[in-house]
Amino acid sequence: MTDNVESTEVDVYEKEHSKDEMKRQVISFALMIVFTLASFGLVASGKFSSMVVIPLILIMALVQVAFQFYYFMHMKDKDHEMPSTLIYGGVWCAALTFTALAVVTWW
Amino acid sequence: MSYDESLFPEKLPHNPEKATLEGRNKFMGLWFFLGGETVLFASLFGTYLALKDSVHTGPTSEELFGLPLVFLMTVMLLTSSLTSVYAMYHMRNNDFKKMQLWLGITGLLGIGFLICEVYEFAHYITDYGFTFRSSSFGSAFYTLVGFHGGHVTFGIVWLITLMLRNAKRGLNLYNAPKFNTFSLYWHFIDVIWVFVFTVVYLMGKVG
Repeated sequence: MTDNVESTEVDVYEKEHSKDEMKRQVISFALMIVFTLASFGLVASGKFSSMVVIPLILIMALVQVAFQFYYFMHMKDKDHEMPSTLIYGGVWCAALTFTALAVVTWW
Repeated sequence: MSYDESLFPEKLPHNPEKATLEGRNKFMGLWFFLGGETVLFASLFGTYLALKDSVHTGPTSEELFGLPLVFLMTVMLLTSSLTSVYAMYHMRNNDFKKMQLWLGITGLLGIGFLICEVYEFAHYITDYGFTFRSSSFGSAFYTLVGFHGGHVTFGIVWLITLMLRNAKRGLNLYNAPKFNTFSLYWHFIDVIWVFVFTVVYLMGKVG
């Protein structure tokens, strides 16, 4: 009997927890839509020079990707040290590859 | 697979995707794969940025790209990312039917995205004569965007296979990790698309 009571309490806690989680994910989705709209709006308006627009849209892309990784893919949760290591390892190699290919041709 | 009692408990644990060793290994394996994918796409983006101004006699990116279609594609893929979050939410609450429903919506949005992409490529080829061979820009563009489209196609085939194969099984500790790995892969496709629409389309429009 006591076991049952305890397990229901855990369930209630878990349910609340995943509800909160869901709320955060919906908020991140809304913010991602806002960033997308802002990026397209900036470019479509055509009022700003490319020196202003390009850094801005790149920053907004990075923010969106952070939302995607940390909230949608749960990288902010505990026991995600290994996934973070793997992804940041990948990002590091990616940066090297990218530098080799793109930056060198701008010389 | 032999029938294993431990995979079909009366009540699923709260995180069924990480309850078994196999599930945890699948989870880690997928993240390892995504780390490698990051490098693959970085090399394609690097190539594209290096070659995007080598347009030969063909059209430039500014003449070619239309923002409304790209915006529609972005919204579809971003929404499908959210619907797969919903699917995983229902998986954790052990609601198989709702999970299948949201996975189905995810798949439909993915197919919608692909239809737009096929239309876009067909439009470039027939109306502009812009092909894989028309310039370095063409080769780099179709390789990069096509690789992403190929990932979407693979994801949809993966999703349909998973949904059909497990339709009558219900949710258990054997297939929960499979659905979870798919959803992580699908989010990653959206991550790549964020860079595609920013670097290829928006920066291509700005010049």
